[in-house]
Amino acid sequence: MSADIYRKVRANPLFAELEGKRSRFAYLLTAIVLITYYALMMLVAFAPEVLRTPISEGSMLTIGVPVGATIIIGSWLLTGWFVSRSNGEFDRLNNEIIREASK
Amino acid sequence: MIERKHLIGTLLLALAGAAAFAGDAIAVAQKQPLNMTAIGMFFVFVMGTMGITYWAASRTKSTADFYTAGGGISGFQNGLAIAGDYMSAATLLGLSAMTFSKGLDGFIYAIGFFVGWPVILFLMAERLRNLGKFTFADIASYRLDQSTIRTFAAFGSLTVVCFYLIVQMVGAGQLIKLLFGLDYTTAVVVVGVLMVIYVTFGGMIATTWVQIIKACLMLFGGTVLLFLSLSQFGFSLETAAKKAVEVHKDGLKIMGPGSLMADPVTAVSLSLGLVFGTAGLPHIMMRFFTVPNAKEARKSVFVASGCIGYFFMVVCALGLMAIVIVGTNPEFYEGGNIAGKLIGGGNMPVMHLAKAVGGNLFLGFMSAVAFATILAVVSGLALAGASAIAHDIYARVIRKGTATETEEMRVSKFATVGLGVVAVLLGILFEKQNIAFLVGLTFGIAASTNFPILILSMYWRGLTTRGALLGGLAGLISAVTFVVLSKAVWVVVLGNAAAIFPYEQPALFSMPLAFFFTWLFSVTDSSARSKIDKAGFDDQYVRSQTGIGAAGASAH
Repeated sequence: MSADIYRKVRANPLFAELEGKRSRFAYLLTAIVLITYYALMMLVAFAPEVLRTPISEGSMLTIGVPVGATIIIGSWLLTGWFVSRSNGEFDRLNNEIIREASK
Repeated sequence: MIERKHLIGTLLLALAGAAAFAGDAIAVAQKQPLNMTAIGMFFVFVMGTMGITYWAASRTKSTADFYTAGGGISGFQNGLAIAGDYMSAATLLGLSAMTFSKGLDGFIYAIGFFVGWPVILFLMAERLRNLGKFTFADIASYRLDQSTIRTFAAFGSLTVVCFYLIVQMVGAGQLIKLLFGLDYTTAVVVVGVLMVIYVTFGGMIATTWVQIIKACLMLFGGTVLLFLSLSQFGFSLETAAKKAVEVHKDGLKIMGPGSLMADPVTAVSLSLGLVFGTAGLPHIMMRFFTVPNAKEARKSVFVASGCIGYFFMVVCALGLMAIVIVGTNPEFYEGGNIAGKLIGGGNMPVMHLAKAVGGNLFLGFMSAVAFATILAVVSGLALAGASAIAHDIYARVIRKGTATETEEMRVSKFATVGLGVVAVLLGILFEKQNIAFLVGLTFGIAASTNFPILILSMYWRGLTTRGALLGGLAGLISAVTFVVLSKAVWVVVLGNAAAIFPYEQPALFSMPLAFFFTWLFSVTDSSARSKIDKAGFDDQYVRSQTGIGAAGASAH
């Protein structure tokens, strides 16, 4: 693979656009997942009674259960969002860049 | 305090994809009477996978076929295979056992095992796929000095693979003794022989299919067990929780966080090790090279994390229901005393649950699934080890790329057999040892040696050969030192009175050290080599982002 094609890609403003958009998106989602997770851990460490609140009057299930399930399901949905945006929007941009570079 | 540490150990083992041998089962499991149903079902699994291996062998012609199934695995298949790698026998047994004894704490732990996956997807999956060919050393040494960094990375992979194999082998032996009633040595030899057959003949294709089948069996078994157990509570988790609170000795406490974060330092260190150690395991990274492109690599993480998340929630629900169904049934306790010990040890609640709601046949099925799981994990490990030896050390470093395909294939097969022999011998040697520390060590090394080099080589232009080597060494040495000075080795294995390093997990300390020294020795590096290292970043960056020049799927 010649260094020439890489140079062409770098010179393409679309590459800067792709790189910026995709990195910002990835960092944002990473931050959401890690902050949520470590927030839960802080709650467990310093305010465990919050998680012991029953989900409804007289219920034995505490909000710890739905909160935990929401973190798992929510971060899985975020992976879905990431995959659909990457495989759609970002890949279209990427293919455009590759096409221009190999002209 | 002691119990909490014991639980962290249990869960680490669970995560490690190890078999269930944590806690009381880790010592030496009690041999149970021969379980013919389980053995019969396992035999069916082995026959089926042997058929697949025979088919895979006819398609394994090149080194690319052998290491990465020619990049011809689809995203969905790879996702199932990753899930198969990650949902170990011990996740099933360890996580459910933790929920059984500690309630909600078990679920909170499960979340920690899960969140690494989205992060791997967002930050690494795509770049791994675009830069790597066969091994993680391909990426680490992409723009750095080939012989130095490749050797070091291959050495890092092999260290992780060997420790992990010991953990798996000892776990397999103990688990099989419990579930099948077979002799320990027999079990270890059976696992070793099957592993070598799958890998030498079927390479990555066979390994992948073993993992896929196992993942499906595990998801199926878990779901059926969930359904059968829930049916006893009128399909209401609320009812199950109510009854569990009534009968559990800790009562209402089990529905909230318990002793989990009594020591936040260990908990954070553990979770760092889990999240980033997973991202530094060679056999997990290798899975990203089996798909044809970045698009499929992303899809595979979506499928994998969906399966893993679902499975973890199911397993925790099973643990909760086992409190009622198993915890009140004297049949499952030694001497029929429900205040005493569970038959087979503290990791058995879910197996007893299977028997209670599905009878002997279902117990046999679940036992066979547990055994199949170990095979799937050790096969992946053996393949990762063989590729480090044959591709990195032999073909790239020793022969400098002049080895023919045939020669490299031959070396990789010898390497697999060699690893099989080593694994069996170490498995037998470590039978009576307390090996809990090996899991901490494996994850500590993966998170502090492999991961920093990998992530910095992809993200940081300033990384140089010298920085990567010395920083990686700092991570390796500090992880090993902290583990040796911690209670698991210093007190338990070496018999000293008190631990010098007060925490169980090294990652919180060894990871920053690795990053710091990598940075320090990189920025102060003004050698000629460092200029080449930095100059290579731009092209590497374009390739990692766009996939231009990345290895594609092979012809078939």
